[in-house]
Amino acid sequence: MADQTAASIEDASPAEIRESYLAQTRRKRLYSGMLLAVFVALMAGGFITADSRNAGGFWDGLHRIFDFPAGVIAETVEKIDRMPANLVKFFPALMETINIAAAATLLGALGGIVLSMLATRGMARWPRLIPVFRRIMDVMRAVPEIVIALVLIFVLGGGPVPAMIAIAFHTVGALGKLFSEVNENASLKPVEGLASVGANWSQRMLLGVVPQVAPNYLSYALLRFEINIRASAILGFVGAGGIGYELKNAIGWGIGRYDEAAAIFLLLFLTIVVVDQFSSYARDLLTHGRKKEMLA
Amino acid sequence: MTLAADMPMDGLKTRAEALFRRKRMVAIALPLVLLGYLVYALFAFNVPALLQGASLENGATLIRDSYSYKTHVTRDNRSGEVSFAIEGERKGEYAPGTHPDWVTIEGDDTITDLGGGHLVHYTADGVSYEIPGYGTVSAQPGNGGVNATFPEGALPEWINASKNRVTITTDAGRVTITRNRTEVFRYSLGWELFFFTLDSPYHGMGPGELLSHALSGEAGAIWDDFWNNAMWRHGDVAWALVETVLMAFLGTFGAAIVALPLAFLAARNFAPLMAVRFTFRRIFDFLRGTDALIWTIVLSRAFGPGPMTGALAILLTDTGSFGKMFSEALENVDGKQIEGVQSTGAKPLLRYRFGVIPQVTPVLLSQVLYFFESNTRSATIIGAITGGGIGLMLTQAMITQKDWEEVTYYIILVILLVFVMDWFSGWLRRKLIGGEP
Repeated sequence: MADQTAASIEDASPAEIRESYLAQTRRKRLYSGMLLAVFVALMAGGFITADSRNAGGFWDGLHRIFDFPAGVIAETVEKIDRMPANLVKFFPALMETINIAAAATLLGALGGIVLSMLATRGMARWPRLIPVFRRIMDVMRAVPEIVIALVLIFVLGGGPVPAMIAIAFHTVGALGKLFSEVNENASLKPVEGLASVGANWSQRMLLGVVPQVAPNYLSYALLRFEINIRASAILGFVGAGGIGYELKNAIGWGIGRYDEAAAIFLLLFLTIVVVDQFSSYARDLLTHGRKKEMLA
Repeated sequence: MTLAADMPMDGLKTRAEALFRRKRMVAIALPLVLLGYLVYALFAFNVPALLQGASLENGATLIRDSYSYKTHVTRDNRSGEVSFAIEGERKGEYAPGTHPDWVTIEGDDTITDLGGGHLVHYTADGVSYEIPGYGTVSAQPGNGGVNATFPEGALPEWINASKNRVTITTDAGRVTITRNRTEVFRYSLGWELFFFTLDSPYHGMGPGELLSHALSGEAGAIWDDFWNNAMWRHGDVAWALVETVLMAFLGTFGAAIVALPLAFLAARNFAPLMAVRFTFRRIFDFLRGTDALIWTIVLSRAFGPGPMTGALAILLTDTGSFGKMFSEALENVDGKQIEGVQSTGAKPLLRYRFGVIPQVTPVLLSQVLYFFESNTRSATIIGAITGGGIGLMLTQAMITQKDWEEVTYYIILVILLVFVMDWFSGWLRRKLIGGEP
């Protein structure tokens, strides 16, 4: 491609170059315009379809959007003295949600580390099976948590364990993919060095690879922890325990229990914001802080 | 080497030893801490109690139903009438006068062949079940109860008998006898009536026969019978899948459109006013922190259940995420290109259009497409809460705890949908940006 243009530029007169450039620009604009038109049509069509299939219309609901928050806030203000008690009451449920996310992230990360190493060229225990392990990760990543959670709730009964298993399953796939990208950038020299002194596969990985990639692993795992807190809250709403379940009950009661709903909203919001801020600070430290330290 | 030259040897040695000791401590302590946490979680989640309460029977039912279906042969013990229905549902009933081919009717005797020599006779005065290797169980249900007679000896554990109810569960099927009715469940492989229900004239036709009917002008009717299949509701399922994708599509791209201009106001190099920057960053944090779960609840009060609610919930949450990510990308743009555009006398809007947008487009687009794919998954869950899409159908089918083959069907569809979206967003990313980011 580059050679052709270079050759034609040498032969062509300035006017021809200009003409071909303008033609190219026009073509590019046409394609971009067409793409944009398709996109706008899809958005508009999608909006109309979604609007017609919704129980309440978009434009009817728009002015009612603040009714529910206003109702919740009004009731909360009225019963503000109960707020501390409510916060204490729902704290254990919040802890359960956080525990689900933490245990799932931990198990998922451990599984992801093993799978990612089995799926990285140069590190794999069985190099021929690399595509198999990649596919396994893709499948694990593709299965939505709710599917596994609902099946396990049916078999095991409601509670935190189905949610934890479901989230951990998805986490293995998601982290495995990110970890294998990290692994590809790791130097293989320590691995070769360890192999030359007779280390077995797990020793090579644990001593040769993990120290190199640990900060990046940790950074991705923190990001995943944040996502998993949201997932575990949402799964609670479908029957897997934790703060989501309490929220469902409080909302289901309707007016009269909105102070409890407000307390749960507040707890969930604060948790997500705190974890979000902490993880972004820690990730910044893990990825950039090290570099500064090394350069200094 | 330079370090070693600068300081005395023994000092270095003790420091190195201290370092090794510390590392060794960490190497032992870290796994212990993790293990400790998992043990704590084990008890916090009350796993032992859960394992006791776990219902393996439910699991077995689920697995068996996922690849087989059962046909009920029911005899009304008062009138003596026999009826046949797939999964015992109305929409699976055989029309009067017709019956499955494994049933033979000889006068008053209706013989159900369960396979493997298991035969169930419905006769004028009662029922008898020939069980190979055991004997014949017969019963004359009536006012006095079931009145069952069993072969000599103790009852095996797969027979559950009382005065008013007898249940026999064998590998071939299940027979339940009560005073009012007798039911035989016969299991068959596959998903029943997947293409056509029994009332359709095309039920039981092979592909070749169907094709010849379709070519003779019945294609519309065939499609109609398939699409409106009362058992599997293919039309509704297709709409549910469309709704799920729609939620993800509208939510993700709507969020990107809203977040792009706002991101400029939150980026250090484009919004010199600290107060503006701070305000917009906090708005993004708020939108992101108020999780999709809370947005879904709040919005469903205003808009009612449906895909629009789900789309808006995704839109609001992702506006927060995109706002943060886009503003970070904007802070990393190269100022030289903007200066270059500025030197041609371009106004601010044109400077952004030609100096900034081309630089950030690949980064933003790849992020948006990643979110699109992952939002397809989220839309399944949000649909289950707000009431739209395949998520709703899945939870409904699960709550009824009856049609596990439908649950399996939906699960397969959901996974296929995510795969297709994953592939599609990857393809689009490669087309638009060229190569992986």
